[in-house]
Amino acid sequence: MNDLTQAFAAAFKLIGRLDPELLGIVTLSLEVSVTAVMIAAAMGLPLGAALAVERFRGRQAIVVLLNALMGLPPVVVGLVVYLLLSRAGPLGSLGILFTPTAMIIAQSILITPIIAALSRQTIEDAWREYEEQLCSLGARQLTAALTLLWDTRYSLVTIVLAGFGRAAAEVGAVIIVGGNIDGVTRVMTTAIALETSKGDLPLALGLGIILVGLVITLNAAASLIKEAAQRRYG
Amino acid sequence: MLPLTLNNLCFAIDGRTIIDHVSVEIGSGPRTIILGSNGAGKSILMRLCHGLLRPTAGTLEWRSGNGDPRRRQAMVFQRPVMLRRSALANIVYGLKLAGIDPTERELRARDVLEAVGLAALADQPARVLSGGEQQRLALARAWALGPEVLFLDEPTANLDPGSTRDIESIISAIHAAGTKIIMTTHNLGQARRLGDEILFLSEGRLVERSPVERFFREPASTEAAQFIRGELPWQ
Repeated sequence: MNDLTQAFAAAFKLIGRLDPELLGIVTLSLEVSVTAVMIAAAMGLPLGAALAVERFRGRQAIVVLLNALMGLPPVVVGLVVYLLLSRAGPLGSLGILFTPTAMIIAQSILITPIIAALSRQTIEDAWREYEEQLCSLGARQLTAALTLLWDTRYSLVTIVLAGFGRAAAEVGAVIIVGGNIDGVTRVMTTAIALETSKGDLPLALGLGIILVGLVITLNAAASLIKEAAQRRYG
Repeated sequence: MLPLTLNNLCFAIDGRTIIDHVSVEIGSGPRTIILGSNGAGKSILMRLCHGLLRPTAGTLEWRSGNGDPRRRQAMVFQRPVMLRRSALANIVYGLKLAGIDPTERELRARDVLEAVGLAALADQPARVLSGGEQQRLALARAWALGPEVLFLDEPTANLDPGSTRDIESIISAIHAAGTKIIMTTHNLGQARRLGDEILFLSEGRLVERSPVERFFREPASTEAAQFIRGELPWQ
C-alpha cells in the first residue's frame, strides 16, 4: 500500500515538473497517433461514405468484412507490418522498420476499418432519410456522398476521436514495429509496459495517468461537440 | 414538357402489384389532385411520375421539349428533409445542383424565402425550424428551381390548421405563377380548395377522373362514392 502511494506521489511529481523524458514520450505518442488518425480518416471516411451510398454486388460482404476488421488484434497488425517492413520483406528496402513511420503505418491499418465501418453506419442512416430528397434535387452519387459527409460531420468527429483513442491506447502493434527504442520509438503504452516490468512504477504510473486523462478529455470533447451541434443545428 | 402520358403503367414490389395498368394524360393547367385511401398507391404513382421509382411495366412519357424533363420538375415530400445548414443554404444547395449561376443563387433564394414568409429566418439552421416552417422552406426550395411541374405528396399531413393554411396559400401562389400542381392528399376539404381535377385511385387502379365539383357532387364510380361517404370499401 505504501509503495502504491509513493508511486502515485512520484508520478504526480513527474507530471508536475514536466519531466523531459515523460514529455518526450507523450509528444511522440501524440505525433504518431494523430498522424495515423489523419491518414485513417482520409481513407476511412470516403470509404464509409461510398459504401453507404453505392449499391453494388459484393457490397454486403465488404461491410461484414469491415465490421469484422474493427476487432483486428493490434499484435497481428504489428506482425504483418513487421513482416512487410523487415529487411527480408517486400518493403524492407525502405528501411523504416523500428521508426515512428512504421508505427504510423501500423496504427493507420488498425483504425482505418474502425473509422470506415462506423462512418458507413452513420452515413447510411442519414442516406435513408435524405435519399429521395437528394435524388429529387438531381444529386448524383458523388454529390450525395459529399453532402452526407458534411451533414453528419459532428457524428463523424466522434468516430474519428474514437479511432484516435484506440490508436493512442494500443500497445501490441507499435511495440512490434517500433521496437520501443528509448527516445526514438518509445510511446506511452510501450513505455508503461517496459517501466512496469523494470519496476519503475512512478514513470509507468505517470504515463498511465496522462493516457487515461487524454482518453477522458477526448471523449468529453466529443460529446460536448455533438451536443452543442445538436442544439445548434438540430 | 406537358402533357405527361402514362400508358399501362405498372409497379410491383416483391410480387405485390401496387400500381395496376394506369393510363392517363396529365396536361398543363388544372391543378391535379390524386385521391385515394391509404395504400391505394398515390405516393408510389407520384414517385413514378417524378422518376424516383422505375415502372415495372408500361411507359411514362413527357412531351419532348427543350432539355431534360427531370430538371424541370420538383417534389415536396410529406416530411421535409432539411440539410444541416441554414434555411438560405438549403435553397442555395438545390439551385447549385440545378446548375444555376453562383451569382444568381443567393438572390433567387432570398426572393423565394420572402415569398413564403421566411425572410427573417434565412440564417437560422433549417432543422431547428418548426414543422410548418420547414415545410414552407421545402416549398421555397422547390419553387426556387422554377419547375414546370411541382409534385406534392401530402404536404400538410403532419401540420396544424394554421400551418396548413400557410402551405395552401403558397401552393396557390406557385400555381398562379405558372407551375403545374400535381398533389396527393387525403384531406377532402383540401382537395376541394386546391384542386381543379381529381384522379381517384383504388387498389392501384385509376378508377375515376373528374373535375373537382363533379367528383364530389356525383362521383362516377362506386369506390369514389364510398370513399367520399367515408365508408371503407370492404365493409
